[in-house]
Amino acid sequence: MNGEREMPGRRKQKLKWSKLYTFSCLRASADDSAPADKLLGQPGFSRVVHCNEPQLHRSKPYKYSDNYVSTTKYNVVTFLPIALFEQFRRVANLYFLLAAILSLTPLAAFNRVSVVAPLVFVIGISMIKEAVEDWHRFLQDRKVNSRKVMVHVGDGLFVRKSWANLVVGDVVKVSKNEYFPSDLLLLCSSYEDGLCYVETMNLDGETNLKAKRSLEATLSLDEETAFCRFKATLRCEDPNPSLYTFVGNLDYNQESYPLSPEQILLRDSKLRNTEYAYGTVIFSGADTKAVRNSTRSPSKRSRVERKMDHVIYLLFGMMLFISLVTAFCSAIFTNDADVKRWYLQLHASDDSLFDPNNPTLSGFLQFVKALMLYGYLIPISLYVSIEVVKVLQAMMINNDLAMYDEVTGKAVEARTSNLNEELGQVEMILSDKTGTLTCNQMEFRKCSIEGISFGGEVTEVDLAASRRMNIDVERHRFSLDGSDSTARSIEMFDLSTADGSTEKEGLGLNEGGKGRNSRISISDKERRIKGFNFRDGRLMDKMWIYRSNVGEMVMFFRVMALCHTGIPVDDKTAYEAESPEEVAFLIAAREFGFKFCQRTQSTMVVQELDPMSGMEVMREYKLLNLLEFNSSRKRMSVIVSNEDGEIFLFCKGADEVIFDRLSEGGRTYQQATVMHLSNYAEDGLRTMVFAYRKVSVSEYERWSSVFAKAKATVCPERDELLENACEMIEKDLILLGAVAVEDKLQKGVPECIDKLAQAGLKIWLLTGDKKETAVNVGFACSLLRHDMEQLHLSTSNELRMKDVTEEIMSQLQSFNHVISEEERRDAPFALVVDGKALEHIFRNNHLCQHFLSVAMNCDVVICCRVSPKQKALITRRVKEHSGKTILAIGDGANDVGMIQEADIGVGISGMEGMQAVMASDFSLPEFRFLERLLIIHGHWCYRRISKMIVYFVYKNVAFGLTLFYYNMLSGVSGQELYDDWYMVMFNVLLTSLPVIALGVLEQDVSSDVCLQFPALYKQGQQNTCFSWKRIIGWICNAVLASLIVFTLTVSILSPSALDGRGNPADIEHIGTITYTCLIWTVNCQIALIISHFTWISHFLIWGSILCWYVFLYLYGALSPARSGNVYHISSEQIGPAPAYWATTLLVVVASLMPFFLHMAVQRSFFPLDDHIIQEMKHSKTDVTDSPMWLREQEKSKQLTQVGYSARVDAKIRHFKDQLHRKRKSFYLSVTNSRH
Amino acid sequence: MSSDDVSSLPSKKVSRKPIYSRFTQQELPACKPILTPALVIGILICLAIIFIPIGLLALSASENVVEVVDRYDDACIPSTNQKVGFIKDPATNKTCIRSLTVPKKMRKPIYVYYQLDNFYQNHRRYVKSRSDRQLWSPKSESSTNLCDPEGQTGDGKPIVPCGLIAWSLFNDTYALSKNDAALQINKKDIAWRSDRTHKFGPNVYPKNFQNGPLIGGGKLDENIPLSQQEDLMVWMRTAALPTFRKLYGKIETDLEANERITVTIQNNYNTYSFNGKKKLVISTATWIGGKNDFIGRMYMAIGGTSLVLAVIFSLLYVFKPRPLGDPSYLSWNKNPQ
Repeated sequence: MNGEREMPGRRKQKLKWSKLYTFSCLRASADDSAPADKLLGQPGFSRVVHCNEPQLHRSKPYKYSDNYVSTTKYNVVTFLPIALFEQFRRVANLYFLLAAILSLTPLAAFNRVSVVAPLVFVIGISMIKEAVEDWHRFLQDRKVNSRKVMVHVGDGLFVRKSWANLVVGDVVKVSKNEYFPSDLLLLCSSYEDGLCYVETMNLDGETNLKAKRSLEATLSLDEETAFCRFKATLRCEDPNPSLYTFVGNLDYNQESYPLSPEQILLRDSKLRNTEYAYGTVIFSGADTKAVRNSTRSPSKRSRVERKMDHVIYLLFGMMLFISLVTAFCSAIFTNDADVKRWYLQLHASDDSLFDPNNPTLSGFLQFVKALMLYGYLIPISLYVSIEVVKVLQAMMINNDLAMYDEVTGKAVEARTSNLNEELGQVEMILSDKTGTLTCNQMEFRKCSIEGISFGGEVTEVDLAASRRMNIDVERHRFSLDGSDSTARSIEMFDLSTADGSTEKEGLGLNEGGKGRNSRISISDKERRIKGFNFRDGRLMDKMWIYRSNVGEMVMFFRVMALCHTGIPVDDKTAYEAESPEEVAFLIAAREFGFKFCQRTQSTMVVQELDPMSGMEVMREYKLLNLLEFNSSRKRMSVIVSNEDGEIFLFCKGADEVIFDRLSEGGRTYQQATVMHLSNYAEDGLRTMVFAYRKVSVSEYERWSSVFAKAKATVCPERDELLENACEMIEKDLILLGAVAVEDKLQKGVPECIDKLAQAGLKIWLLTGDKKETAVNVGFACSLLRHDMEQLHLSTSNELRMKDVTEEIMSQLQSFNHVISEEERRDAPFALVVDGKALEHIFRNNHLCQHFLSVAMNCDVVICCRVSPKQKALITRRVKEHSGKTILAIGDGANDVGMIQEADIGVGISGMEGMQAVMASDFSLPEFRFLERLLIIHGHWCYRRISKMIVYFVYKNVAFGLTLFYYNMLSGVSGQELYDDWYMVMFNVLLTSLPVIALGVLEQDVSSDVCLQFPALYKQGQQNTCFSWKRIIGWICNAVLASLIVFTLTVSILSPSALDGRGNPADIEHIGTITYTCLIWTVNCQIALIISHFTWISHFLIWGSILCWYVFLYLYGALSPARSGNVYHISSEQIGPAPAYWATTLLVVVASLMPFFLHMAVQRSFFPLDDHIIQEMKHSKTDVTDSPMWLREQEKSKQLTQVGYSARVDAKIRHFKDQLHRKRKSFYLSVTNSRH
Repeated sequence: MSSDDVSSLPSKKVSRKPIYSRFTQQELPACKPILTPALVIGILICLAIIFIPIGLLALSASENVVEVVDRYDDACIPSTNQKVGFIKDPATNKTCIRSLTVPKKMRKPIYVYYQLDNFYQNHRRYVKSRSDRQLWSPKSESSTNLCDPEGQTGDGKPIVPCGLIAWSLFNDTYALSKNDAALQINKKDIAWRSDRTHKFGPNVYPKNFQNGPLIGGGKLDENIPLSQQEDLMVWMRTAALPTFRKLYGKIETDLEANERITVTIQNNYNTYSFNGKKKLVISTATWIGGKNDFIGRMYMAIGGTSLVLAVIFSLLYVFKPRPLGDPSYLSWNKNPQ
C-alpha cells in the first residue's frame, strides 16, 4: 500500500468510501436499466425534467407545481362554503337551521331573533375556531416554506432562496445537516466518489444513515462554477408515494444513464456526515414523495362527543314523541272545540293551525310547530359551550408550567381542542421508539474485559428492590411485639443477602437514599461527556495500566479504536460514524487513552497510551480490509497491520455470532462474559462482544487473493462468495470481552411508563429498528422484565406465502395455548413481533383476528422493523378490533400515519422534525409529559366534559318539558308559558356561565393526588362518568325536576289570589315564577355537582341567579311597548308578593331533593374511589396517617404488570421465593441431621 | 454528529414559557365541601327547621282567609235542554238570585271574584289576539293585524279594542245586598296600576265594539276611556290555566259571621256551550294570597320528609357506620384478586 496521494487543495478531505466497503456501494450493473427503458414514455412514466433550466418548466406542456407545500384545510375562497358544510353535518345544527327557516314562516313558535341569533352565534364561534386553527397551520406552512437553500441562478452563482420559490430543474446545494427542500437527483457531493449520507428518520423512522451516490457521469460537477454549462434531460416516473422505488433515465452529454433510488434525495430527509451535496429538483412541492405520503389529517371526534351525538338522538326521540303527542291532542282539541269554544272563533278558519274543518292538517302543522317549541330539549348552546370550554381547557394545558421543557424552551401544545376529554379515556398507547422514548444517542455504560465487569455491578432494579424490602421488613418489625423482633431482624438480614448481587447495596442502605443522591450529585458536577456514562476507578484516569492483564486490555481498547467506520471531525475531538454506537465506542476508547486521530484511505492513526511507559504514543495502522456490518452477518471486522508488520483481525459483533467463531483457547472468559451479557441485557443495554486474532502474513496473503477474486466476480453468487471468504478469516477468534452501550432514554421515560402502567394503560412499542434494539429498550424502560414470558413471532425467510401463513398460525396457536393454559394467570406475557410477520398477518383477515386477540392478552407488545404504513395499519386494526381508545405518540414523519390513525395523536416537538407535530393533536416537548397530560389533564377534562354534558342535558330537558306540560294545559295550542326573551336568556346568560366554570375549573381531586393514585384514571377508561346509566339517570332527574317545578308552581298559584291585594296570578305571573324556580333549580343543581368551588364558580353561579332578577327588573322597566305584559312585573306585581318568594324556596328545595338524596345515599353507602380519596384529603388522613396513605397508593397499583415498580415487585417476589426455598432447605437439612 | 445537534438548537430556541398565574396553573384556592353524613343530617334538619314553621305560618294564614264559593251556572238557568239557546237569546230574563251565608267574620277589604272553569283563556289563538299598541294610543287605532278575526268590522273599520279577548269580555254582573241593604261593590283599583297608567290609554275610546254579526261577551261604554274600563283590563290579563278567577270588585265593609247575603246575578255569559262552570267567590286575602292550603301543606310535607329522612339517615349511620375516608371502600380493596 502506498498510502494516499495528496490531493490538490480542496480535495484534501475527501475519502473514497466505495473502496473501503466490501459488500455495498456497487455500481448498478448494466442490465438493471432494461425495465426503465421499456417503461419510460409510457403512461405513469412521462415526466421530463430539464436540469438547470428551470424556466422551461414554467410554461406548457410541463406546468409543474411549485415547491410551496400547504397543509391548510381551507383558503380564502373555500373557507365559507366548506366550513359551513362541515358545521351543518352536525344533526343538531341542521335541525336548528330548519327551525330558523321555519321561524320565518307563520308557524314560528318564537320570535325570529330568538331562534336565529343562537344559531348564528354557535356556528360563528365554531367557524372562528376553525379559521384560527387553519391560520395556525398556514403560519406553520409559511415557516417551512420560507426555509432557505442555496440555488443556482446561472453563471455558477448560487444564492439563498426560500424553499417555496424552488422550481423543477433548479440546481441546489444542500449543506450538512440541512433538510432537502424537495426530491432531488444527487449530482455530486463533497466526497470524491459522489457518496453522501442521508438520515431518513423523518420518512421511515430508521435511525441509521443511508448512503446515496451520484452517477459517475456527474462526478465532475463538484464546483459551483461547473454548473455554468451543465445541461441534462431527465425522464422519469410521474409523482408517486413510493419511497423506495424510482425509475428514470438521465441524458447527459449525449449519453443515457439509468437512474435508481440510490441517486434520489427525498424531501424531509437530511444530509449527514457530508459537507455538501449538489442536486437538481425533480419533484417539487405537492409532487414530492414525502408530501404524497402524507394524508390529510382526519378530523377526530372524541368518544364522549360521539356518544353525545347518541344522547342528542335520544333527546330528538323524546322531542319527536312529545311533539307527536302534542299534535294528536291538538287535532282532537281543535276538532272538538269548533262549536263549543265560541270565544276562539275557530270556524273562521283563518288560521290553518286551528282549522276545525281540517284537523289533520292542523295536527300536522302543530307537530311542526311543536318540534320548534320543544327545541329546548336539544341543547344548541351545548355545542358552543363545549367549544368554549375546550378552548379554555386547551389553554390550561398549554400553560401548564409542569409541562414546560426548559431545555428546548417548548411547552405542551394542544393543537386541537376537540380531544381533551379523550385524553382521560386512553386505554392503549402505541409508542414510537427513537426520538420518543430514546434520544437516539448512545452512551457507553459498561464493559466486561476478560471476565471482569466494569462500570457498576448492581442493576438499578436490584437496588430499588432491596431498598423496598428493607423498608417493608422495617415496618413489619415495628408492628410486631418485641419478642419477635429479633427473629424479624434476622429475616431482614436474610432478605438483603438473598441475592449475592444486592449484598453490598442492601447492607449499605442504612444511609438510605442519601448515598444515592450524593452519587448523582457528584456525577452531575463532573464534566459530562456526551456519549460516555461510565464510572469505574479501576479503568478511568489511566488506572487500568496497573492491572495484571494489561496486554489483553490493550487489545480490547484497540478493537474499540480501530474496528469501526467512523472519522474524526472538529479538530479530532468528536466523531462521525454510521451508527451512534460506534461514536460511543470511539469516545470511550478516547477516554481510556486510545484516541483515534486520523483516517486516510488506507491508514488509521491512533494516539495510544503505552502501559509500559505510561506515555502517549502515536501509532499508525494500515487498514488492509474492512468487512462491514450488515444484518445477516451481525459482525464487523477490520484487518490491520501495525508498524511491526503484524497483522491483526479485530472483530466486534453480536454475542452468538462471535461465540460460534472462537478458537478453543479463546474461550477462557466465555462463561463470565455470558453472565455479564445477560445482566447488561436485563438493564436494557445494547451489548456487543469483542474478539481478535492474529493473522500470519502467509495466511493473510492466501486469504487476500481468495477475497479479491470474490470481490471481482460479477455474478449473482457474488455475495455468497464474499460471505464464504469472510468466514475463512473470521474464525479462531480470541474473546476479549463485551461492551454495553445504552440507547439513552429520554428524561423520565421509565417513571412515566411506570405511572401510565399503573393507570391501567397498555403500552405497545412500534419501531422501525431491529428486534434486539427494541427488546433492549423494552428492558431499559421497564416494559419488559426478566420473569416475563416473551413470545417471539417471526417468519423464516425461505418459506412460501402459504407456508408462512401456516407457520404464523401455528405460532399464534401455541401462544394462545400458553397464555390460556398457564395456571399462573398473573404471569405477564410480552409479545415480540417483527414487521415481516406483520405483513403476512395483515394480509390475512383470519390471521389478523387471531393475532390481535393474542396481542390483547399480552401485557406488552413490541413490534419491530415496522414501516410507517404498518404502524398506521396496526393502529387502525387494533382500534377496530378492541374498540378501545388509542393514543399514538411519535416524533418523526414515519409516525404521521399512526398519529393520524389513532384516536389521539401526540407528536414530540422537542426534536427538529415538524411532521409528526403538524399531524398531531397534541404536541409534547418530551415523552415524560404524557404522564401529566393523561393522568391529570385527561382525567380532569374527561370528568369535566362528561359532567358538563349530562348537566346540559339535565337543564335543557328540565326546561323544555315545562313547555310541554304547559302546552298540554293550554288547549294544546302551542302557547308558551314564558316570555320569548326569558327563553332566549335561559341558555345565553342565565345558565350557561356556571357550566363553563364547571368545565374549566372542576377538579375531583387535586393534581398531586391524581399522580399519587393513577388508578383513578381507570374511571375514564370504564367511562363511569358518561355511561348510559348515568345519562338516563340524569334525564330522569330532569323529568322529575320539571314535573316538580311545574306542578308545584301551578297548583300553588292557581286559582286563588297571589297576595293580600287580591289579584290572582295571570299567565305572565305564573310563567315568571315558574321560570324563577327553574333558574334557581338548575343553578343550585350545578352547585350540588361541583366539588371544587373557586371564587369564579361562586361568582358565576350566584351571579347567574342574581342576573335573572336584574334582568327581570330591567326588562320590566322598559316601556310597555317592548316589555308587554312583563311591564313592572317584578316591581309592582310579583315582587311584593310573599307567595312568590315562598314558592321559589319550596319548589327549588323540592326539585333538588331527589338528587340530593341520591347523592347522600351514594356517598354514604356506595362511595366511589374519588369520594373516598376526597374524604381522606378532607380529613387530612394523608398527613396524619401517611403510612396508610402510602399503603393505599401501593395497593391501587398492585395489578400492574408493566413498569419500573412492577419490575421491582417481581424482583422482591423472586428474592422472597429464594429466601423461602433456602430456609426450607436449611430446615430440612437440620431436621435430617437430627434424625 | 453530537456537535451538530448542539449547534442547531440555540438558533431555534424561542422560549414559550407560560407565565405563572394561579388560574392558569389551576391552583386557585377553592373550597371543597364534602357531603359527609353529618352534613347530610345537618342539612335535612335545617330544612325541617326552616320549612315546618313556614308551613305552619302559611297554613295559619290560609286558615284566616274566609272564602265563600258559589257555583251558579246550573242553578241560574231553567233546567231545559236548551241551555245554550237560552243564554244566547237576548230577550230572556237572565236575572238570578242566590243567597250566601258568611261562615266567619270577614274583614275588609273583601274581594269578589268570578271563577270560570274549562275556559281556555290561555289558548294560543286567544292569547295573541289583541293589540297592545291600539289599547294605548289612539294613533295606532288601525293596527289590528294580530286581532283577526275580530280586527275589523265587516266594512273595514277598526274595532277598538280589537281581538278575541276583548270581544269575549265576561259580562255577568253581581249585585250584593245584606239584609235588603245593597252592599256596595267597588270596581275601582281592581286592575294593576301599571295597566291603568301605561297600557290602557286615557284617550282611547271603544269603537265599533260588539257591532258585528257575532256578539261575543260584554259591551263597553263608548264614552269611557279604556284607562277607566277596569273590567276590561282584568279580563285582558289572560289567565294561565283553564280554571281561573278574576277580580270583580271589592267590598269595603266587614261582614259578620252567619250573615246572609243575597246576590242578584245577571247570568249573561255563555259557558254552557263548553260545559264551563261559573262560580262566584267572595274571599278575604292575607299575605299568602287567598285561601291556599296547598303551599302550607307542601312546606309541612317537605319539612316533615326532611325530618324523617334525617332520622333514617342517623339510624343508618348508627347501625351501619362508614368512617370518613375508610380505605376499605376503595375499589382495589373491595374486589381483591
